[in-house]
Amino acid sequence: MSVRNVRSVRTNADPSPAAQSADPVETSRPIGLFRTAWGHGRTKVGLGLVATVVAIAVFGPLLSPHTPTEFVGPPNQSQVDGLLFGTDDVGRDVWSRFLNGGLTLLLLSLSAALGGVAVGALLGIVAGYRRGWLDNTIMRTNDVVLAFPQLIAALLVVSIIGPRVWLIVIVVAITHAPRVARVIREATLRVVEQDFIKAAESIGVARWRIMLREILPNITSPLLVELGLRLTYSIGLVAVLGFLGMGMEPPTPDWGMMINENRLAITIQPWAVALPVAAIAVLTIGANLVTDGLSRAAIGIDRGVQE
Amino acid sequence: MSPVTSQTSRAGTGDTGDTAPEILLDCADVTVVGHPSAVEIISEVSLKVRRGQILGLVGESGSGKTTLGLALLAHQKRATTISAGEITVGEHQLLGRDERTVRQLRGRAVAYIPQSPASALNPALRLRTQLQEALGSAGADGRLPEGTTIETRVREVLREVALPDDDVFLNRYPHQLSGGQQQRVAIAMAFIGYPELIVLDEPTTGLDVTTQAHVLDTIRAMTGEYGVSGVYISHDMAVVSQLSDEIAVMYRGELVEQGPARSLLRDPQHAYTRRLLAAVPRLHTDGAPDPYLDGGTVPARSRSVTDSAEHDADSMPLLRVRDLAARYGRTTVLHDINLDVHRGECVALLGESGSGKTTLSRAVVGLHRQFSGQLQLDGQPLATSSYRRDCTQRRRVQYIFQNPYEALNPRQRVSELILRPLRHLCGRVEDPERVVAASLEQVSLPARYASRFPDQLSGGERQRVSIARAIATQPDLLICDEITSALDVSVQAAIVDVLRSLQQEGLALLFVTHNIALVSNVAQRVAVLNTGEIVEHGPVAEVLAQPSHPYTRALIADAPSFEAA
Repeated sequence: MSVRNVRSVRTNADPSPAAQSADPVETSRPIGLFRTAWGHGRTKVGLGLVATVVAIAVFGPLLSPHTPTEFVGPPNQSQVDGLLFGTDDVGRDVWSRFLNGGLTLLLLSLSAALGGVAVGALLGIVAGYRRGWLDNTIMRTNDVVLAFPQLIAALLVVSIIGPRVWLIVIVVAITHAPRVARVIREATLRVVEQDFIKAAESIGVARWRIMLREILPNITSPLLVELGLRLTYSIGLVAVLGFLGMGMEPPTPDWGMMINENRLAITIQPWAVALPVAAIAVLTIGANLVTDGLSRAAIGIDRGVQE
Repeated sequence: MSPVTSQTSRAGTGDTGDTAPEILLDCADVTVVGHPSAVEIISEVSLKVRRGQILGLVGESGSGKTTLGLALLAHQKRATTISAGEITVGEHQLLGRDERTVRQLRGRAVAYIPQSPASALNPALRLRTQLQEALGSAGADGRLPEGTTIETRVREVLREVALPDDDVFLNRYPHQLSGGQQQRVAIAMAFIGYPELIVLDEPTTGLDVTTQAHVLDTIRAMTGEYGVSGVYISHDMAVVSQLSDEIAVMYRGELVEQGPARSLLRDPQHAYTRRLLAAVPRLHTDGAPDPYLDGGTVPARSRSVTDSAEHDADSMPLLRVRDLAARYGRTTVLHDINLDVHRGECVALLGESGSGKTTLSRAVVGLHRQFSGQLQLDGQPLATSSYRRDCTQRRRVQYIFQNPYEALNPRQRVSELILRPLRHLCGRVEDPERVVAASLEQVSLPARYASRFPDQLSGGERQRVSIARAIATQPDLLICDEITSALDVSVQAAIVDVLRSLQQEGLALLFVTHNIALVSNVAQRVAVLNTGEIVEHGPVAEVLAQPSHPYTRALIADAPSFEAA
């Protein structure tokens, strides 16, 4: 009988220590997405740009010479003694406001992107794996949400309820979710077709466990690319909401709001607009380059013959 | 570098007589390297093919045979370069020419028939457009004989590959054809421009035996009629032996042996060639030896294969299928299926694609739920869905999938792959390392493979891990769904050995396959499935020696084998 035989093999099988100590090359993970992406020059450049802006936003408040709300001189002056970039429309230090105004934007867009990708991934995996009526319900609801342009939807909700930080995060995340869900559903469909899912089903592994353990690890590549992309869009959206006065309450420093406040005097005091614009542009371009590197690595462009 | 074992080259075979035909293809010291690692994919390969002859290029996957085949068209796959060598077809030198000249020579001097006809034909183009396009450059060159237009040439070549040449057919799209028809269209496309040399890259892999026989006939007839030379790439010695005048064997990017087909098959020189030949399953055997009669573990009730009538009347079979009918939506794909599998027995389920054999095996394991009829394991009825079976039932029936490249989660190590189902079905595992090592040992893999990921394994090794994963849970019945069809012949033989040793330990096997030669090497009993019905059922030796159903007879006749060659 099979049972007895297998047992006997087990007791006899005495794995020698030599066989146990596998050589390090074998145990190491095959070249991962990040390492492949690092091989692309654009990823390095992108990471460098993102890191610069993140460093400004995080360490800026510590280095700022004045508080962001303190009046230090006449308004709209580009050349003031002791001030690096002059004063803004009401006479506050532009450099200090710039150094203090990035962190909220960064945190808001990061949490909105993470939330959106998480919800979208959940919806996409469930829709792609369960199919049937659940798939239809989820995807058609998605289509309805997709019908609203992201910015219009955000403006609508924020102008009804009023500008709140948590609201901005939730609205941006919710408008991201259906876009992420479409991509993740496609990726899930490709994984679900494969036999290892059926192998798990044939031994009755619970559905949620199959989604978590078998499907999720196999769609990390599109998920990462999606995260990078949504982060880029979030930065733009949150900045635009700030510009339109739907973000922070004045006088809180915020890059988006700074552009709005100072746009009238752009000809005489360009710094107050140029600094936040440059920072947002560099951040977006950097995030885009990283995303591009990741997606190239995920698809396998320029992979060549290894080993 | 291992030396090329050269045999005395005989001038042609048979009717070509004393005068050897001129050499058409001369490929000298061709080396192809990959980027960015500068690995030599093929190293200094030299080949000669005479006019009107077919050279069989044999080797396992990864041996570089497709790379060489493409090099013969002066084509380089992405990230590879032909770094050295010369290729001459007739009076044309192929390498070192500019892209434009080479493109004009393709289809005229050299043509290519790819492996997968489904992906070789453009799904958006009608056959007429597709075939005319292939003729484009050749026709413009004035190579068509007097009085032939492109249109008449298209119809002519379709007739030659035994396809209809009417407008209705020419207006079809590729997806409206069967796999065999698609492959014949690909052959027509290759022959349409009167090439001098044709490179055939495994054109029958993935086709049914019957279809394969038709396609091989077509290729043989076409090369004979046109007097063109062919390079036939394959991993299957049996197919190559039926078609080729000469055989060249490739191993790890090098040509290890080359010689006339007959003498190479009769007296292989290189060790690798001998291994390849030994791996081809023989069609005519007396069925696989019953492991119990072979001096294996003798069970309480000893029995023999031949008295199947007796063990039908005998105690309860392990798996009993009665009046099973399965359907997809409203289409019934299986009906009146009655099948028994006894303990320690291997039953083969033989059928071509579309016969319903995979549906049947999935119904047994609970993956296909739309069926009616009885399914019993040890007398206990099995629910239709695996989710409604109890844990013991799920453990006792295990399934191994056809494609080892898809059956293992690429993000899990081998040890996790083996342990997770085990933990799920049997709860906590004492000493997991030993369990993994023991399971791996049963499929002849070293214990250190436990820490590897699936993409660090070859196809054969992956399939062994699939088997190890299934047997770790100590099942009573193993369902093997075409488990060797995605593998090279040499690997297939090793997997069959593993299955035999498992059977000796008392495991029952339901072996699903389309390969009739494998059946006789693995199974004791065989059920032949045709369009959803079991048309023949009995001991292997009997069925293969005296097939009673015409379908079985056709299958046996179409199976390639070099015993006849």
